[in-house]
Amino acid sequence: MFRLTEPTRLTEFERQVLPHLDAAYSLARFLMRNDQDAEDVVQEASLRAFRFFESFRGENSRAWFLSIVRNTSFTALKRNRTDEANVVFDEELHGAQSSPMDAGVALDLAQDRQTVRAAIEQLSPEFREAITLRELEGCSYKEIADISGVPIGTIMSRLARARRQLQMILSKTYTK
Amino acid sequence: MSIDHSQMQELLHAYVDGEVDLVTGREIEQHLRSCEGCRRTEQQIRALREALTSNAPAYRAPARLRRNVRADLRREAKESRVSWPGLVFAAGAVCAVLFFAAALFQNTRAPRNSIADQVIGNHVRSLLATHLVDVASSDQHTVKPWFDGKIDFAPSVRDLSSDGFPLAGGRLDYLDGKTVVALVYQRNKHPINLFISPASTNRDTTPALIARRGYSLFHWTYAEMDYWAVSDLNQTELRQFADLIAR
Repeated sequence: MFRLTEPTRLTEFERQVLPHLDAAYSLARFLMRNDQDAEDVVQEASLRAFRFFESFRGENSRAWFLSIVRNTSFTALKRNRTDEANVVFDEELHGAQSSPMDAGVALDLAQDRQTVRAAIEQLSPEFREAITLRELEGCSYKEIADISGVPIGTIMSRLARARRQLQMILSKTYTK
Repeated sequence: MSIDHSQMQELLHAYVDGEVDLVTGREIEQHLRSCEGCRRTEQQIRALREALTSNAPAYRAPARLRRNVRADLRREAKESRVSWPGLVFAAGAVCAVLFFAAALFQNTRAPRNSIADQVIGNHVRSLLATHLVDVASSDQHTVKPWFDGKIDFAPSVRDLSSDGFPLAGGRLDYLDGKTVVALVYQRNKHPINLFISPASTNRDTTPALIARRGYSLFHWTYAEMDYWAVSDLNQTELRQFADLIAR
């Protein structure tokens, strides 16, 4: 295996990784919860991915790229932790631990985009990540586990809890 | 045979996501038949998923970000050291490729051929990378909505099982710098990739054969959409497929 020269490496990177820029931005946007931070994260992650590109041996360039994006996002979130405490859904407060999915309120199917985005943003970062990857990017549990660096079982329970919380948030919005 | 209620509540999510094995799936189905509570939960999960995805809440990368990323990469690529033996090798390779390309395709239209090569490349990669489909379903009503919000055009998706070309699923792919739809059909274990993207012309054409590297490839334009069908199937059967789709 000879070393890729720069122009080849760039072309190869643009071909394999850049098609996933939308997915990367969407994930970062839901994790960071504002445009500017999300753009910064994706720019930084793209550059890091490019530098590590030669270490990419796998077959799933989307999962590989998204894991770099999520790591960059979580680092950035830790750096400006200030906003974290504010909005995240409090399970204790809402009693979501005990309440099952069938909370009794039928969900309005015609949720508008803004409401759905705002609801997802109320979840904790780990739950935002699981929901975004599963529902919006259509990743398998295995892919989500690889991207997030946790076992598949954890992904399964995160998704179950995140959906229970979303159910509560969305049904509250619509019964107000 | 013993899944307790709280386990079941969690498993239902995996069940709805199509992430449980056959045996567990059968157990869950059996349980659902006798448990109204869990049945309601299952419906709630499906309703929530529908609510989450029906309005395509995913964000799209702004054009400015795209430009910035590309600029960053160019700068980075320029700054990194270039290995001289590699450069010489690459230059040689480029010359060789140009020479053969010139010799082979002198009389043919270049853009279509370069896309044809990409189409074959995409096809081969889709088979190698265990990434043939993102949405696996023979149901056109499952495959078509999956693309909603992911692309800005609406491909027509038809199952051709009755003609011997069952739909296997779909995924997004990348062709000629654009995101395109890839539908996957099966013919006796031979996967067929059908790439669909908006055409630059509104002139309809009939499927035309392009044979490259042992692959058969049909290209046609219909209703302002470009179609590329590629497979290692024989030409006759692939033409039959192309004609069915183009009909």
